[in-house]
Amino acid sequence: MAHELRGSAAIVGAGLAGCGEAHGRMPLDILAEATHNALDDAGLKLSDVDGLFTGSSYHFMPTLSTAEYLGIKPRFSDGSMVGGSSFVAHTLNAASAIKNGLCEVALICYGSNQRTAGGKLATMSEQQIYEAPYKPRYPISSYALAAARHMHQYGTTREQMADVAVAARKWAQLNPAAFARDELTRQDVLNSRMISDPISLLDCCLVTDGGGAVIMVSSERAKDFPNKPVYLLGTGTAHWHRQITQMPDLTTTAALDSGKRAFAMAGLTKDDVDVVELYDAFTINTILFLEDLGFCAKGEGGAFVADGNIAPGGSLPVNTNGGGLSCVHPGMYGIFILIEAIQQLRGECGARQVKNPEVALVNGNGGVLSSQVTTILGTEAVL
Amino acid sequence: MPSNDASAIEQEGPDQAYRSRLKQGIFALPKCKSCNELHFFPRVVCPHCGEFELEWQTVSGKGEVYSTTTIRRKPERGGNYNVCLVTLEEGPRMMSRVEGVDSELVEIGDQVIASINNDDDEPFVVFTPNKEG
Ligand SMILES: [Zn+2]
Repeated sequence: MAHELRGSAAIVGAGLAGCGEAHGRMPLDILAEATHNALDDAGLKLSDVDGLFTGSSYHFMPTLSTAEYLGIKPRFSDGSMVGGSSFVAHTLNAASAIKNGLCEVALICYGSNQRTAGGKLATMSEQQIYEAPYKPRYPISSYALAAARHMHQYGTTREQMADVAVAARKWAQLNPAAFARDELTRQDVLNSRMISDPISLLDCCLVTDGGGAVIMVSSERAKDFPNKPVYLLGTGTAHWHRQITQMPDLTTTAALDSGKRAFAMAGLTKDDVDVVELYDAFTINTILFLEDLGFCAKGEGGAFVADGNIAPGGSLPVNTNGGGLSCVHPGMYGIFILIEAIQQLRGECGARQVKNPEVALVNGNGGVLSSQVTTILGTEAVL
Repeated sequence: MPSNDASAIEQEGPDQAYRSRLKQGIFALPKCKSCNELHFFPRVVCPHCGEFELEWQTVSGKGEVYSTTTIRRKPERGGNYNVCLVTLEEGPRMMSRVEGVDSELVEIGDQVIASINNDDDEPFVVFTPNKEG
């Protein structure tokens, strides 16, 4: 029997704002502009919103600060903080709240001015006291340790990791809204400045500003909106550690569990997926998640990406907006993979549009490969 | 001299118990009385089985590099340095660095041996190549 949340809620509005550089704006300004765009898209007003889901690197109590700024009084709100995967996780909590009558119109939203405010990763994270004496660069050294281990264990190469960045750039070149659209070759990535071996500058995501927002309602109500509804078919969450030292096996992420849970709720398999949006904070992420979500066998992610499978024209469209590597990355990227999946399913993506997709998979990552949240979205055809 | 029994954890708390031993030149970790597994970082509960009865065990200091990275830093700021994960002979894994060898020469699988670095106010564990394997 299908899970009661499968298809119970749908996204009827999505909006972006301030992607790239948003001069003169604070994080909540950008969040509010994205919210405005998402509400416009759905034909709703702020006063219709009664459920709020948000996370922030700037606001300690993000739902309170956000609701105050927007002038809304939500009757249900959730600020669950699992880093960049938070907004993907919020889809499950929002669908559950809607199903249980706790709210009717859920707003999932985010905004950050990370680039114009200083160009560094903003964080309120506590220091990891057993790591601090060794001065790792946070978070890049943790990902570097995972990449080094994957290379050692499976023969993955820097060239293969570079191909992830090149594929992302090729998608970005099809997306007028992407931040980095210059020509990029494998050699450019290999030649870029080494930061924490084996990760060099162009293995790393961008530092941009940006905000995003989506509006979710019950599937019954969703039919009354101007846009084709995008249904939530399944979400799975999993986390196995916080600090990289506590990750059981640096070559296997908790996406192994979150993916299985999402597919089980959706009643689908990886063969049903038409488009994939993965949180690519670093090039190794894409390889790890493709393996852990079952799109290729463990250890074969490097060869899979090097064969051109994930680039435009390949067998599996991955990170079709250009990803965190080439499109946008204001610190917590999860909302943007959600929005790209929604726009693909609605067929709004122009030159980068995947042909008639019915099922999209989104995988959010938080911390240092710590939190994994997989969401499967679909059109009415797969309801 | 701190004793290796549960009452020490109760008196000091796991973090202080760990650090007070390091200050006296002892590298010891909590060991579960129920499943016999050791863990790092120190806690009041065994993360392997969920039981709360722990004691302290001095470890051999022998370990193997599980993963390694060289953090690139300009020479005028101190130059490149190593950050690695070491899996101890007794099981737990910790972040550390390998000293006494160029960071870029540190490889996964290298056998290493612990020593206690006292340069700062708070001592911490570092490793050097273990030539005896
Ligand atoms: Zn135990």
